[in-house]
Order: sequence, then structure tokens, then C-alpha cells
Amino acid sequence: MYNTNYQRVSSTDEATAAMDAAEDGKYVSGGQTLIPTMKQRLAAPSDLIDLRHIDAMKGITVDGNQVTIGAATSHAEVANSAELCEVCPSICNLASHIGDPHVRNMGTIGGSVANNDPAADYPAAMMALNAQIMTNKRTIDTDDFFTGMFETALEEDEIITAVTFPAPAKAAYAKFPNPASRYAMAGVFVAKLKNGMARVGVTGAGSDGVFRHEAMEEALKSDWSVDAIAGAQVDEGDMLSDIHGDGAYRANLVKVMAKRAVEASQ
Amino acid sequence: MSEGIGARVLRKEDKRFITGKGKYTDDVRNEHQCYAAFVRSPHAHAKVKGINKSAAEAMEGVSAVLDGHQLTGDGIGNIICGWMIHSKDGTPMKMGAWSALATDTVRYVGDAVAVVVADTPENAKTAAEAVEVDYEELHAVVSAVDALGDSAPQIHPEAEGNLIYDWEIGEKDATEEAIAGAAYVCEMEITNNRLAPNPMEPRSAVATFDESEDHYTLYTTSQNPHVARLVLSAFYQVAPEHKLRVIAPDVGGGFGAKIYIYPEEIVCLWASMKTRKSVKWTSDRTEAFLTDAHGRDHVSTAKMGFDANNKIVGFQIDTIANLGAYMSLFSSSVPTYLYATLLSGQYNIENIHCNVRTVYTNTTPVDAYRGAGRPEACYLIERVMETAARELGVDPAQLRRQNFIEEFPHQTPVIMAYDAGDFSTNQDAAMQATDYAGFEARRSEAAARGKLRGIGMSCYIEACGIAPSAAVGSLGAGVGLWESAEVRVNPVGTVEILTGSHAHGQGHETTFSQLIADRFGLPTDNVQVVHGDTDKVQFGMGTYGSRSGAVGMSAIVKALDKVEAKAKKIAAHMLEADEGDIVIEDGEVKVAGTDKKLGWHEICLGAYTAHNLPEGMEPGLKEGAFYDPANFTFPAGTYICEVEIDPDTGTTEIVQFAASDDFGTIINPMIVEGQVHGGIAQGVGQALLEQAVYDDSGQLITGSYMDYAMPRADDLPSYKVSHESTICPNNPLGIKGCGEAGAIGSPPAVINAITNAIGNNDLSMPATPAKVWAAIQAAEMKQAAE
Repeated sequence: MYNTNYQRVSSTDEATAAMDAAEDGKYVSGGQTLIPTMKQRLAAPSDLIDLRHIDAMKGITVDGNQVTIGAATSHAEVANSAELCEVCPSICNLASHIGDPHVRNMGTIGGSVANNDPAADYPAAMMALNAQIMTNKRTIDTDDFFTGMFETALEEDEIITAVTFPAPAKAAYAKFPNPASRYAMAGVFVAKLKNGMARVGVTGAGSDGVFRHEAMEEALKSDWSVDAIAGAQVDEGDMLSDIHGDGAYRANLVKVMAKRAVEASQ
Repeated sequence: MSEGIGARVLRKEDKRFITGKGKYTDDVRNEHQCYAAFVRSPHAHAKVKGINKSAAEAMEGVSAVLDGHQLTGDGIGNIICGWMIHSKDGTPMKMGAWSALATDTVRYVGDAVAVVVADTPENAKTAAEAVEVDYEELHAVVSAVDALGDSAPQIHPEAEGNLIYDWEIGEKDATEEAIAGAAYVCEMEITNNRLAPNPMEPRSAVATFDESEDHYTLYTTSQNPHVARLVLSAFYQVAPEHKLRVIAPDVGGGFGAKIYIYPEEIVCLWASMKTRKSVKWTSDRTEAFLTDAHGRDHVSTAKMGFDANNKIVGFQIDTIANLGAYMSLFSSSVPTYLYATLLSGQYNIENIHCNVRTVYTNTTPVDAYRGAGRPEACYLIERVMETAARELGVDPAQLRRQNFIEEFPHQTPVIMAYDAGDFSTNQDAAMQATDYAGFEARRSEAAARGKLRGIGMSCYIEACGIAPSAAVGSLGAGVGLWESAEVRVNPVGTVEILTGSHAHGQGHETTFSQLIADRFGLPTDNVQVVHGDTDKVQFGMGTYGSRSGAVGMSAIVKALDKVEAKAKKIAAHMLEADEGDIVIEDGEVKVAGTDKKLGWHEICLGAYTAHNLPEGMEPGLKEGAFYDPANFTFPAGTYICEVEIDPDTGTTEIVQFAASDDFGTIINPMIVEGQVHGGIAQGVGQALLEQAVYDDSGQLITGSYMDYAMPRADDLPSYKVSHESTICPNNPLGIKGCGEAGAIGSPPAVINAITNAIGNNDLSMPATPAKVWAAIQAAEMKQAAE
């Protein structure tokens, strides 16, 4: 790893000021992708500005039907929140299966969503739960937020402060892990929203990152059942293909995981 | 409780290992320690047109930037392969030159072209990035089959068409004739996947040149420090043998990858002399993937002929083995004498012929990895046997049993003479442990849950304790394969065992101490095992090929015989008794049939005070021995694997796994079970998860754990391990060896179980979910078409 300056900040204003002052700074919020990259000397920020200790960005609140999770909240906190589990157990379950205990205690929801790794779990949940991504500047609809592999609508000096979504009527996440990395090879989050919408977010499999499967959503909207999506098509040409599985296999996994998620939804 | 042979003594060494107090090579920190970083080729094949070192030399903390021309200019010799194989036309193998730092051509991604020595690891790495190397890229080839093709690039000028040797064993004509006359022939194309060894501790070296004495000390992660010293001095001319001390302290796993002498150790020693500084290098995980010798990588065609009564009449194999970019230390022996000599398996086969071509490719060098050649042989035989049984419509267990060798000794047509075994007893035990007979009911029950259930068997035999030295010498080995030991009894009666074996996780400190407990009734706590230091242990051949029990312990036993004989002479003199009446047990030396006795420590003290020794006896109680075995040993057994497959995703779950092994005498059953557990884990890793994959340009795609799938605890079942032993007649303890059996026997059992479950025999390792799912689709399409 190249030498870097580590800075711990306590507000987003302090964070942006530190970024402005840095030669080539980088925000870090858990660093479970960035730190390994730096250790391999593939990234060399002059400054690491740590967002994990901004109090205003921590914690989970459930206000009636609305869930808000601070961006600096760790995966372990999401997984173990009794309050959250009461209204949206699916996201607790998702968080409990991210990485390993080290990752879950360091990694944060804001870091994961901002990084938008094509095999990360949270983006699928944000898509399916119709979440809004709150930043230090504005609030962004999830459909506008994820713009491609490792790409988001975030501007240079924009920091995610929280994510917020309405508790769904039913939801579940089914993930097929890559045998080596255990990231999702296909992860499907299905949500039946209380406003009658059905949303399906797919991660790990798509060649352009996380996406919604609209045909499945359409089918599930009128009939929330495994049978409703039995005939759904997934275009293997839109899928990633690598040594772990070709497009046909990933397309199959998306269908299978979607069915399992619907089956498991509660 | 007895701590002798057969006792489950807890491992003495674990206290320091599990409390983080082990002392590994990277823990060595000398005064003014400097660090090496290597400049490695990013190309799989390229000409080196020039190296500009000036920017790096000017950087902070840099002591030296050294290249291959300086290395060869200082007379450092090329790295060699120590086992000569002759092609069937009589010509010697075609070994390409391998300089520890490449001079004109780089031949795989990771090939080192220069080294930077600096005051910190970071400064060394940063300066290494500043070394400018001008490469002219050449075409690369990564597959062994492609490397033999007309359009393949020429990798070494010494090996035309990239062919290293074209070797054969057995009778070709007789085998072809037998197969031509067979009632049924099972023919299969079988690939044995390339593996990266991944010991937990990466390789490391700390070299220190002492100018005042012209003396070198090398700490290194080696399975055989004496062989390292011999090769470094005799072949690489780094330092004369008496001026080089090699220490392999605690080593965190080897699996074969730490047998060889790599460029980095040579360069650290040489750089230490050049800079007059202590030079340390520790591999990171990426370097480990790129440069630790890989294992396996065979492509074979196998034909097995059966007569009308299902007796095997002939077995013919054609194998192409990938040796990578350079010939590593024992690479030539793995696909020949460690492989083809085991192709008779557990079966009575009159005619066997195997042809092996080894080739250069633009990939990491390939050498022995846990099992080394024997897993490749076992996988071939056992996949063919299972497939043949299915095609013949007979029970795979019965087809094997019908062809088992039942009389010993048994001379196979491929050199090996099996000395002892009882194959059907092991098979019975594994079948009982898994309720083999009840499988169909379990299959139906699984089908009702939507799962495909399958069962697969593997009856393996392997050869351990490669020997005797004269025989392996006649087959081309450059070294003898004996072992040495010294037993030093101290005046207070405690004991030190100095051994040429090297422990890197095997638990020698415990099992070797048990020999003393067994012989003299002393507690194992009174024994210290000393190994891994060429200044302390006179010589040794190290640990690999499951040889530390059968060969290393036999040397200790020989030394113990001498110690016991002398102790009895002293005791007889002190107790005024007949030497033949002296017995040593429970830490006491007694005169049989009387109440006369002395404590063991009193005899030992007597040996060193020398106040009252027999006339003419030298003082002291210390004996050494060299032991050269009369034959290999032949561990064997039956492994049965049962799997359930999720047809929707192709995921395999191992629902039971039973191993019944014949290891001969077992010193510590707990440690042996641990060896079997670890071996099966590696075998399951090969069968289900692991493969080193290159792209066409020679870049290693699986260069990290993001893409190279190592087995994790939740990939593995609880094992049912048992032992049904026959005693090895060729060594004093009757030991066969247990270190590699699990990795040898398990892969075909796993694959046979999966192919049984999915009804498609066409499946290659690793059987990833994607591959299994595709094989299920193919089987369904075939069924639909029929």
C-alpha cells in the first residue's frame, strides 16, 4: 500500500472541506472494496476521509411505515436491528449474508450503495424497495441513482447521508454466491409494496450492473406467486459471462433466485 | 496414560501455533534489515530489450537495483530440474535455461527480471515500479495441447516444438493387442485441472552475508533445508556448502510448493553479498499465485479393455503434461515415475502402456503438489472403472472387487511391486460406513424433495517414501531418498531427536516424541525434536511424498536401537546383571525377574560421568543413523462420496463421505485423522472448486481469492474416517504414510458421485455449479432426443 493520510471527520461539511484540501482524496465508509484495492497498489489516494464516524449518518429509524438507515450504519447493525426486522426482515437477512463478520462490522450501507459494485447486495434491495438515496445536497430516486457498473448519480462532492424506503408488504432476497468470492453471481430482491407495486431488483448477473426486471414486476403485481414468474424470460445476452458461469447460466440463476425470493417472501 | 505408539497424544506444537507464538521466516528481523522487491514481467512471453534502472536507483532508501546480466556475470548458475528423464528414443530431456533473473526473454507472467533492495518494503516496491523494462511482446501459449501444435511459439531454444520429453512405460504392442481383443473397451478423455497450492504462509526468505567470515545464513520457507543448501551451493554456486547455513523455522504449510529452490532465495542470497546487507523478501498473495509452482494440469486419453467376464485385460493411456515455463526441481518425475507407475491401481492388470509427453507453456512452472502424479493416476483409473461399470451395467463396487489384487507381493507391469494390502476389507468398511446397499432408498427420498442424489466410489493406491536410493538413482533422480536421525540423550535423561525430516504442520514434534515414550516409557514432554537447521542436523532429505513416517521415523528407530543397546550395556554393568536380562520400561531400567532397577536418568548420568562404564566404552549416550528404505510403501483404501445436487442451480452438497484407509502402523490416530481430513478437503477443492485459469494471452485470471475458489469449512462435510490396516513389511515400524491419501483418493469419488446423480459421465473438474447445471441440461436434451 502507498502511504496515505487518514482523516476522521465528524460532519459532512468537515468531510467536503477535507476533500477540497486534499490533493487526491477519497471518501471511505468501511473501505471493504477500497482498502483491498489500495493494498494491491491499484489505488493510491493522497487522503482517506473516513465518513463512518459522522454521528448524524448513523443509526436506523422506523417512523410509522417509513424506514431510514443512516449511511454510516454497518451491515451488522442492519442485520441485528430488532426494530427494522419487525417491519422489513428481508433487508436484515440480506445484510446478515454480506461477506464475513469482518466485512459486516466494517462495511456500511452508504459505502456499498455509493460504490455500486455490480455484485453487491444492497443495490438490488434499494431498487426493489423503491428507496430514496439522501445526500448532503438532495434526495435521489433509486431509479435515477444507479447508472451502470460502479456508476451512480453522485456528484464529485456529494455524500450519501441515508437511505429511506417504505416498509414493504412482503419482500425477500435470494442470492446465489460466487463459489470463490461469495459475492452474488445472481441476487434477486423482490418486494410487494403497500401501494400495490411489485418491484424486482437483480444484482450480480447483469452486464451493466444492477437492474430491475420489469416483466417479472408486471406479472407479480397482479399475482404474487412463484407460478406468475415461471415463464419469465431473462435475456442471456444481457448477462455477465466469465469463468464462473456464462450468460445462459446466470440467466437461469436470475429466474431461480426470483422464484425462491417470492417463495420466501414475508 | 501411555503416550506410545497408537496413543492420541495432543500436539505439543499447537500451543505456540494457536497462541500466535510460532516463529516463521517473516518474523526474522535483523539489524538494518533491508527488503527486496522483484520487478516481474507483465507479459507471458516477451523479449527483454533493455532495462533502465536509473530512476529506481535514485529513489529514497534504495541500496541496489540488480538485473539478470549482473547475476549471471557473477557466476550464479541456472536453476535446474534434478531428475533426468530420457525420451523413448533414448535422448535426454530438453531442459531450457532458467536464470533466477531473466536476461533476454521472459516466459510467464511473474517471471522476475530485476530486484530492488531498499530500506523498507514500501520503498522497495515503489522503486521496483520505477524500473523501466522495454519488452517486445511475443505470442504466448498456455495449454499443453496447443503448445505441441504447429503454430505454437517456440518457448525455449533447447526444446524444439516445446516438447521436453516423449516417454513411455509398459508394453505397447501387448497392451494394444489386449485392448483390440477385448469384449468391451471404456475410452475416456480426462483432464486433471491445474491447481495453485496456497499454503497459508506465503514463501519468504531472509539472507544475510557475513563479510568477516565469508558466511551466508538463509532463513527460508522450505520443506527440505538441506536439499536447498546442497542445490544452492553445488548447482547455483551461490556459496560453498560449508559457508551456507539454511534454516527453515516454523513453516505454515507446504503441500509441495515449498520443496523447490525458487529464484527469490537465490537472488536474496546473492543480493545480500552484493549489498552487504541482510535482505528479506516475503511473497504477497498475488506473487504466490503467480510464482509458487502449480500442480497437476494433465490431459489424457485412457482406454481400458475388459473380457467377457469383466476382467480387465489391458489399460492404455496417452498423457500430455504441462510443465509451465521452466522445469522446476522435481517437475520431470511427477508425470512419469510418480504417476505412470501407479496406473495399475488396486487391480490385477496384465498389460499396461502409458505414453507421456511433457511440454513447455507460458505459464507458472508446474511441480509436485500434494499427491504429485498419484492423484492424476488415481483419477484416471477410478473414473474409468466407475464409468465402465455403468456402461457394462454392473455394480461399480463389484467390478472393482472382481479385479482387485488379492495376493502379495504383487508385481505390476509398471515397475511397482506392492508389498502388502487387503483391498476388499477397506472396501467393505467404506461400504458399511455409508450404507452403500441402502443408497437407492436414499436416492428416491431425495428425488421426492427435488434433489438428485448420487454415490461414487474410489479405490486408491499410492506410493510413499519414494526409495530405495539406488533404484531412484537408476531412474534418473539426482539425489538419494534416505533419511537421517540423531538421538541425543542428555545426562538428566531427557532426549533430543535431531531429524532430517521437516515439519510444516504435520505434528512431528508430537509423533516423533511418541517413539521415545514407546521405547523407554518417558513422557513426551521430556523430548525435544530438532529439525530445519543445517547447522544442527547433519543432513536430511526433508518432508514430502508422505515420507516422514515411513523413512524419517525409521531412521529414528535405527538410532534408538543403538541408544537402547548402549544403555543396556551400561545398565548391565551398573546393576551387575546380564545384558540380555535388562528391560527398559516406564522410565526405569530393570533386571528381568528381580527387583533390581535403576532410574533411566541414573543410566544417562552414568553415561556422562563415565565413573563406572564397561571396560573400553566411550562416554556419552548419543547415536545417529541413516535409513535407506528397501521399497516404496503402498497406502491404499476406499473412499465413498454421496452427494445431493440442486438441479435448478447445479449446486453440489456432499451429504456423506467415508474413508477407509490402510496406512500400516499408526503412531497417533488423531494426527492421522487430521491428515486425512485435510487431504480430503484439498481433494474436494480440486473436484468442486479450484482451478488456475489463464486467458489466451497468458494472464492468470485466477490471481486472487476473488476468482480462485479455495474450499471453506461450509463446503465440506463431516467425514467418516476409519482404518483397516495391513503392516508394511519393509520398514521397522510397519508404517505406510498418510499425508497425501486424502488428496489422491477423494477427487474421483466426488466426481463419480456427481456423474451418478446427474446421469452424465461427461464432466470435468472442478465441477462448479455452472458446469454441473450445464451437464444436467445436456443430459436432459440427450434424453429428450432419444
